[in-house]
Amino acid sequence: MSHLSSPNLRQQAIDLLKDLDPRQATLKAKDRIRIPAQDMPTQDPAIRRRNIQEVAEGYFPEQARVEAMRCLQCRNAPCVEGCPVRIDIPGFIRAIAENNFAGAVEIIRRNSLLPAVCGRVCPQETQCQAECTVGKSLKDINQAVMIGRLERFVADWEREQHGVRLPPIKPDTGRKVAVIGSGPASITVAADVRREGHAVTVFEAFHRPGGVLLYGIPEFRLPKKIVEMEINALKTMGVEIRTNFVVGRTRKLMDLMVKDGYDAVFVGTGAGLPKFMNIEGENLVGVFSANEYLTRANLMRAYAVGQADTPIFRGRRVAVLGGGNVAMDSARTAVRLGAEEVHLIYRRTEVEMPARVEEVAHAKEEGVIFHFLENAQRILGNDYGVVTSIECLRYELGAPDESGRRRPVELKGSEFILPMDAVIVAIGNESNPLIRQTTDGLKTNKWGNIVVDDTGKTSIDRVYAGGDIVLGAATVILAMGEGRRAAASINAQLAASP
Amino acid sequence: MHEIVSKEILTDDVYRLRVRAPLIAEERRPGQFVIVQLEEEYGERIPLTIADADSREGTITLIFQAVGKTTHQLGDLKVGESIQSILGPLGKPTHIEKFGTVVCVGGGIGTAPLHPIVQGMKAAGNRLIVILGARTQKLIILEREMRALADEFILCTDDGSAGRKGLVTDPLKEICGRTPKPDLAVAIGPPIMMKFCAEATRPFGVPTVVSLNTIMVDGTGMCGGCRVTVGKKTQFVCVDGPEFDGHQVDFDNMMKRLKAYKSHEDEAHHKCHMETQADLLKEGRA
Repeated sequence: MSHLSSPNLRQQAIDLLKDLDPRQATLKAKDRIRIPAQDMPTQDPAIRRRNIQEVAEGYFPEQARVEAMRCLQCRNAPCVEGCPVRIDIPGFIRAIAENNFAGAVEIIRRNSLLPAVCGRVCPQETQCQAECTVGKSLKDINQAVMIGRLERFVADWEREQHGVRLPPIKPDTGRKVAVIGSGPASITVAADVRREGHAVTVFEAFHRPGGVLLYGIPEFRLPKKIVEMEINALKTMGVEIRTNFVVGRTRKLMDLMVKDGYDAVFVGTGAGLPKFMNIEGENLVGVFSANEYLTRANLMRAYAVGQADTPIFRGRRVAVLGGGNVAMDSARTAVRLGAEEVHLIYRRTEVEMPARVEEVAHAKEEGVIFHFLENAQRILGNDYGVVTSIECLRYELGAPDESGRRRPVELKGSEFILPMDAVIVAIGNESNPLIRQTTDGLKTNKWGNIVVDDTGKTSIDRVYAGGDIVLGAATVILAMGEGRRAAASINAQLAASP
Repeated sequence: MHEIVSKEILTDDVYRLRVRAPLIAEERRPGQFVIVQLEEEYGERIPLTIADADSREGTITLIFQAVGKTTHQLGDLKVGESIQSILGPLGKPTHIEKFGTVVCVGGGIGTAPLHPIVQGMKAAGNRLIVILGARTQKLIILEREMRALADEFILCTDDGSAGRKGLVTDPLKEICGRTPKPDLAVAIGPPIMMKFCAEATRPFGVPTVVSLNTIMVDGTGMCGGCRVTVGKKTQFVCVDGPEFDGHQVDFDNMMKRLKAYKSHEDEAHHKCHMETQADLLKEGRA
């Protein structure tokens, strides 16, 4: 992918719009399909490798309108089926095409609380865009209508116009609800419950609220000021946020209700316990979980050398193990921290990689070296217990497994050594044990995820849960959907018990 | 914000701060720790053990040695000033019950986390033998408090400036050789001391608990930076510990991991030290 400068992209869109705008009403499906998909303006790869600013700069208004005109307004709206929170996608896109950006945001906000976040981090190509008729007609999913970019565009437009808009809040009910964690599921619950006039307190273990949006997803993919604005919106709505408070330890979950008088509790503590590979050498110096590496870089701002007190290990040759978004984030963070070579090692092929297509493309542009059908089987170190290399094995794809993806099969005797001085393990997260260990009677499954019914209620009365602590490691949009559901249940419970 | 209520210098670079933290004071149990951050913009998060607490007064006592940038800054704080954030209590509390005879070994600054455990074990009705060790007399802390709690008290210094001359492992071995042998040993101190305490008790089959203090970021299980190998399995000090079976801990790996950021810390501390010097020069005091 060659890098097109932003002014170029804008000029192309302006020219197209001049032609399309006057005849918008008469555009046929075949005309719309012929409109070229609008590329996302991005920072030049050579420059962004050395900064932490956002890579994707967002559509220009002209681009957004051209892109919106590609939408066929299908009556059966397959894209809506692909959206976990069922946003009226054709509706908001039509508003953009008609130059009614405020109307577009209003439509999105009926279903989604965090469009600026979801527009950036949703895996659109496996959700809404996977179902898009335009992409299907052109037999290329990358040619689908860029729903995510349009969502982001109007969310950013709204924020720049008048900040995050606050919903009306009903008069105080005298009831109060505790929300544990401050990631996407919790932000959603806090907003939806507060709207009904209930007092809400959010408890966050870290010193700054935002959860995975803050400690996990890097600045270059999700600017922290966007997260801060969402949090500030909660504060303005009257939500109390208590940081440095770890429920289970600072206070037991049940004590929040028994001693502190909360009428209901929502657990949104996320999937915070890193998985390791269980291979030899994994506890050597220079081996990190992606969580640790990213937390040091993002939340603790270790990228600000000389300013931040938190150190980060600066590898010259860094291996990242895994193929998801977290692996991409880690690899691209390592690039920005000055690594000479960053190798991403994944045991299946690019097709099976769960990362967003855009992140993979960006990582490649930034010089990350991809190894497919390979996996680390040992990490080797020197006498000081510091990593020196990894031993990998080659794989081939066999029959599909239960996930439907073809299972990688190791090729015996294919071992080879790659010299490395840092290894980042990014193979996922398990559920955090803290709440489970300290709350009697809270039912969890064999993976330690909290079990909830279809209203989001746990095995304990008045205790609800949602997001990754229920789903296992999933996505922001699913967490938000779960939060919506739990909030509705909490509001119903409080309304029914005067 | 957590106000500093009192401050004492126990010995060279070792400070005792009583800090307002009512919720933590109420919930904490022996064996637990906190994560302290001096300022939230760029400050680092460091784990510190809780040496004591007063739930009526709403304070916890932190004892620490100034070794890095943050602990030096912490040591420079005055009564009335505040620490921006303290998270806790973290980690699993010590398993306390009436074991019979418990021998508790504290080395250097490790005596601080040992203190509440000794208190707890005493309250549970155990007979307590306390061994405190340090390089030299003036580095011994909490001697008075420990003497008051112990049924038998032994002091050791490497240079013989107080108590017995020698390492804590010498009296520990003697005590393990007694009949009946002690029912439990608890050893907290520098990793090398804990390693040799575990080696000392192993031949006698005396169960030995050690409390580990590793590098941490969040302290809630999220980062895995604190991981150690215990009985060939990876464990997280923050949520699975901080106390483990000393006979199962891979101390050599742990000691190497503790040095992971050594060069960075030296640099940061050196810089900090230079800035202080520069400030003093400016004020015409150097």
